[in-house]
Amino acid sequence: MRDTAVVKPRFDAVAALKDAGFWTLVGVGLFLPLIYFQANQAMNNEMVLVQRPGLFFGMLAFIFFGRLLMLLRAATRRPAKPRTGPSLLQRFEPSVQPVMILLLGLFPVLSLLLAGQAGSLKWVDNFGVQILIYIMLGWGLNIVVGLAGLLDLGYVAFYAVGSYTYALLAQHFGFSFWLCLPVAGVLAAFWGILLGFPVLRLRGDYLAIVTLAFGEIIYMVALNWTDFTGGGAGISAPKIDFFGIPFTANDDGFAAVFGLEFTPVYRTIFLYYTIFFLALFTAFVTMRLKRLPIGRAWEALREDEIACQSLGINTTNTKLTAFAIGAMFGGFAGCFFGARQGFISPESFRFIESALILAIVVLGGMGSLLGVVLASIALIGGSELLREFEFLKPYIGDDPVKYRMLIVGLGMVMMMIWRPRGLISTREPTIFLKKRKSISGSLVKEGHG
Amino acid sequence: MEVFLQQLINGVTLGSIYGLIAIGYTMVFGIIGMVNFAHGDLFMVSAFVALITFLVVTALFGVSSGVIVVALIACLIVGMFIASLYNWAIERIAYRPLRGSFRLAPLISAIGMSILLVNYVQIAQGARNKPTPPMLRGGLTLMESPTGFTVELAYKQILIFVATAILLAVFWYIVSHTSLGRAQRACEQDRRMAALLGVDVDRTISITFIIGAALASVAGVMYLVYYGVVSYNDGFIPGVKAFTAAVLGGIGSLPGAVIGGLLIGVIETMWSAYFSIDYKDVAAFVILIVVLIFMPQGILGKPDVEKV
Repeated sequence: MRDTAVVKPRFDAVAALKDAGFWTLVGVGLFLPLIYFQANQAMNNEMVLVQRPGLFFGMLAFIFFGRLLMLLRAATRRPAKPRTGPSLLQRFEPSVQPVMILLLGLFPVLSLLLAGQAGSLKWVDNFGVQILIYIMLGWGLNIVVGLAGLLDLGYVAFYAVGSYTYALLAQHFGFSFWLCLPVAGVLAAFWGILLGFPVLRLRGDYLAIVTLAFGEIIYMVALNWTDFTGGGAGISAPKIDFFGIPFTANDDGFAAVFGLEFTPVYRTIFLYYTIFFLALFTAFVTMRLKRLPIGRAWEALREDEIACQSLGINTTNTKLTAFAIGAMFGGFAGCFFGARQGFISPESFRFIESALILAIVVLGGMGSLLGVVLASIALIGGSELLREFEFLKPYIGDDPVKYRMLIVGLGMVMMMIWRPRGLISTREPTIFLKKRKSISGSLVKEGHG
Repeated sequence: MEVFLQQLINGVTLGSIYGLIAIGYTMVFGIIGMVNFAHGDLFMVSAFVALITFLVVTALFGVSSGVIVVALIACLIVGMFIASLYNWAIERIAYRPLRGSFRLAPLISAIGMSILLVNYVQIAQGARNKPTPPMLRGGLTLMESPTGFTVELAYKQILIFVATAILLAVFWYIVSHTSLGRAQRACEQDRRMAALLGVDVDRTISITFIIGAALASVAGVMYLVYYGVVSYNDGFIPGVKAFTAAVLGGIGSLPGAVIGGLLIGVIETMWSAYFSIDYKDVAAFVILIVVLIFMPQGILGKPDVEKV
């Protein structure tokens, strides 16, 4: 096909209309039961049907014209040249990284300057800390999914292990956050190995389902083992303090000790920088590990498992290391989460959380650190921003926040169709001759390991 | 003994539902080698479609015993049709373009589709549980013990057994005795060779998704009849359990899926009756992990040999 002159397809209006009509008809079938009708419980507990013709015909019109536009665009677009080099974003990735780190590092200062003390609280806590937690989780999962190519659907389990480690140790033995942090990491890594040991011989999809089952088991144990975890009611954990000095308005509080006026901003900013450096540490370790033999083995494993085996790489050990190290960072993040919330309940560790972290890694481009940052800002920041659109509620008749996971799911599907390698899909060679040349991920042929 | 018998009946009922869902997993896995993660949610969607069909029919014709029978049949037919349409569209839009993509792409796309379906139903139908008016009441008393415990076989359980048995028979006939079934088995063995020999591979895969969806929708209707309530997140746990059933029976094997489903259903009810009801979902997950580790080919499956 590529060698012959491609005849530019003419736009066939009749065929396009037919096609759009066909999909609209499919839309009628799909949406008639679930969009046109809504089953609602009336006051007297009887089920009644509500009819919503406006919404229904709106969706159909959207499908019809959307499909027509798609066909029009496909017919008029120049045939795309297969891209050989890196994309624009990828070309600037080296220079984007320090800028990104600088921006994230200055974020609390900037928001303090721009929004004032009271206003900045929301931005730093809801946006900054939240996004950084997911960046850290994304980077942790990135080691497992992005580098080693093992699809882990139960990553939130290690996050839970970290959180409960902090809450239980701090509550029963009075451990401080900094003491709990390494313990949480070690315990999470231990659970990673414990789970990984038997299951890592499984094929990709089986592995995914088993990790999902493991994540759900941890959730259910946390929910039902009331004596140990507090069950569904949750467990309280001490909030983070400044190396032993609590962030309170008391005489021995942070503000009094340093002779400052008390505001809750100090605590938030301290939280922000704690997770900021924890996340940077994760990125640093990942970048260093990538250059070690083990990191190269991970990437080789992702591309072709059979070739790896035949070259004498112990695949089980290699996978296990990826699993344990990824789990460790999940544990760190969980420990931080506990110290930030001051309260932990199993509801924070449901499957949907794992799916969200996975979505961040996938949408960002598996294996790319910058991609994870962009995807977390878009997904987590975006869904926090949806809360700002509450004023739309009377117009769309719904809380915009409810659309959050819908958009995430749609994003995952569309990303797989259009850019399966994610936003940033470079494959940078770790070994090169004279000049480092990054190539587009779409040119990387993959084995079927 | 009576308690055991009653639990066995309940377990087999539950197992029939799991078995019907499991067939969809096992067929899709057999033919294109992907775990259709959204299959459990499709089951939930079809339960919703059935609920709405039931409400439409009863709203039009009133509630009487004759109408309820008609409504149930309408639920089954409409549910099967709509669920097939959903699965066909999902395959067309979310899975077919990925056939040449990298290994994990279809699974990730399916996970996205699953999240999409759950939230679509949550937004379109609301987050509350949807109870249905009771559809089938009463049952047969099989046995009465001196202590007063009666073993009962409810009419809805009979309906579930009969519907499952009939569908499995029809379905088994299709797979083993028609040209469509032959094409399916050919695609399972070697898709490229089948295409070279004139089998329309795309069409065969589409039909596989449609059959899987139709069976899942029957499971959805049965679920609605049996429990009388459905909610937007009811698809996830039955989906994972049905997948467990498919793996336990040997993925790719149709009788295996049914046997696996029945086993999982019975184990689950026995577990909740004799051990702890809190951990009944844990039971299924533990079985899944243990089976995958020690018996990855399942009861009736073929060992998975990877060719290089």
